[in-house]
Amino acid sequence: MGSPLTLFQKVWNEHLVTQQPGAPGILYIDLHLVHEVTSPQAFSTMRERGLTVRRPDRTVATVDHGIPTLPSPDGTVEGRLSWADELCRKQIAQLEENARQFGIRAYGPSASNNGIVHVISPEMGLTQPGMTIVCGDSHTSTHGAFGALAFGIGTSEVSHVLATQCLLQNQPKTCEVRIDGQLGKGVSAKDIILALIAKIGVGGGIGYVLEYSGSAIRALSMEERMTICNMSIEAGARAGMIAPDDTTYEYLAGREFAPKGAAWDAALAYWKSLPSDEGARFDRTITLDAANLEPMITFGTNPGMGVSVNEKVPTPASYADESQKAGLEKALTYMGLQAGQPMLGQPVNVVFIGSCTNGRISDLRQAASVMKGRKVADGMRVLVVPGSKHVKAQAEAEGLDQVFKEAGAEWREAGCSMCIAMNGDQLEPGQYAVSTSNRNFEGRQGKGGRTLLASPLTAAAAAVTGRVTDVRTLLDG
Amino acid sequence: MEPIKKITSRAITIPQDDIDTDQIIPARFLKVTDKAGLAANLFADWRYLSDGTPKTDFILNQQTAQGAQILFTGNNFGCGSSREHAPWALTGFGFKAVIALSFGDIFRNNSLKNGLLPIQVDEETHQRLKELLDEIPREEWTIDLEQQTLKTPDGATVQFAIDSFSKACLVEGNDELGYLLSFTDQIVAYEVEHHKGVAS
Repeated sequence: MGSPLTLFQKVWNEHLVTQQPGAPGILYIDLHLVHEVTSPQAFSTMRERGLTVRRPDRTVATVDHGIPTLPSPDGTVEGRLSWADELCRKQIAQLEENARQFGIRAYGPSASNNGIVHVISPEMGLTQPGMTIVCGDSHTSTHGAFGALAFGIGTSEVSHVLATQCLLQNQPKTCEVRIDGQLGKGVSAKDIILALIAKIGVGGGIGYVLEYSGSAIRALSMEERMTICNMSIEAGARAGMIAPDDTTYEYLAGREFAPKGAAWDAALAYWKSLPSDEGARFDRTITLDAANLEPMITFGTNPGMGVSVNEKVPTPASYADESQKAGLEKALTYMGLQAGQPMLGQPVNVVFIGSCTNGRISDLRQAASVMKGRKVADGMRVLVVPGSKHVKAQAEAEGLDQVFKEAGAEWREAGCSMCIAMNGDQLEPGQYAVSTSNRNFEGRQGKGGRTLLASPLTAAAAAVTGRVTDVRTLLDG
Repeated sequence: MEPIKKITSRAITIPQDDIDTDQIIPARFLKVTDKAGLAANLFADWRYLSDGTPKTDFILNQQTAQGAQILFTGNNFGCGSSREHAPWALTGFGFKAVIALSFGDIFRNNSLKNGLLPIQVDEETHQRLKELLDEIPREEWTIDLEQQTLKTPDGATVQFAIDSFSKACLVEGNDELGYLLSFTDQIVAYEVEHHKGVAS
């Protein structure tokens, strides 16, 4: 027996093709996800160098960032794309052309499996435990929820993986994030990850792969685990991972690309070998008590600037570090918020429910549970954007679309939408939005827009009250 | 990629911590299929008023920034989105090195592939360089990548760390794709031996 290994170390060792002295390791990539915004220049590199895609069977493309989410005026895909500006249309057409030319499976706007890349891959069973998964998108960390090593890469690296199915990687350090205790009513996975980032900061995870463990993590569904791993990048971490367990296997069984029959049994044996060994050593450990968490909301311009909804905006004077103080002052000026003001009751103009963080069916169910029988507050704009076509169809089968529409919200087609505001869905300057997405950076949801990040429950509470609200005051019982 | 051996230039400061790649190049400028023209929108929302007029108090619009090749900044520079458009915009503007307390992980990787040298310094050095830039902002600094030194106009020399592989790539102007392709035989052998967790 060798020394005890962590989940990360097992997946890393399994995929290391070679480690030359004085060079980064060459890591084999099992699944390469591609979208329209970060891939065109990589395909250009392939053409310029006369290269072919090494493993088209391990490469999957979708269109999500720039695609309009307004319903098609005539029910056709062309009609839907007519809402897109010329540059977005060109990028989408380029992706489809690149996929055709290089023989890659692409789920374009007309495909029934189309949707946000980090929603559709798990949905189809492409994302599996113990894999290495990359995409030219920082929220690739989402797939770590299955016990995969998954992280975002740049466009040059996209070309590396297209051509060689490998990446050069220096081995990151490991950090266990142990979360025990039971979440209270109205507190969800989004609140866990926002609380963690508020605690360690947006640079707190640099150089580490986080492994989330503990009873609170074990109790989460796969979709909730994806929400947590999704935002690992917002703490600066290379990746986030959760060891697979029965919840993982039950989620995967029967999905389109999940192994079947004897292949399932073989895969299951491998997956069951993945959890960190007893006594495995992490470079660092952080603990969080789930029982103490409350619904979270951000007040500033990075995801680490968050408090519980019942807390006040911090005062710069309370920060010892000059640079932190300056950062908070700049953030509050941009956000138009006062130091020391309560977050509760802060008026809001827009609510956005969707994204690769919180655009899955369980997120929509949570939002609908609050909005059912209630109306969107006067003057509010509320966008509900499913993460994929399948999520949309499922929500419609359950009547959730009716709940949203009857409340006065807009029910949209699938896409990244207002999370990145490339497709025309955006805030007006000065508007406040409570968003279930992942980034509250300046201008992220539209130039001059002000984003307050929160869970689907908290976002739905803001939708029906027009203010930052403690959702627990709206829940039954 | 242009090889980098020595950089001699003024350094300019954008002092904030946690500057994310959405600030470096906002998402609405990512609707491109090539790398050209991004520099015009480097830091667009900090640099221009809503009517497109340059904000005179932002450093990139000032005379001192013209021709500057070294950017001095705070902690966690380039956090957030993986967009390689960020280093493309920075190098397009003329930057060849960024000095910071730390870097966003993906941004750092992307920079190294585009001839943009990320130099990480400790708190004490950072504070000293910051004060120096306040005192004598217009003097030239010299970065010698082969020696891994930064010479400042007060005569001081800072030694910085960089892994030998990245250094060699930058100094020789090599790209990593060529290196990876040279291991094709090992990659083939790996594929033959490993079948676990495969999607097909």
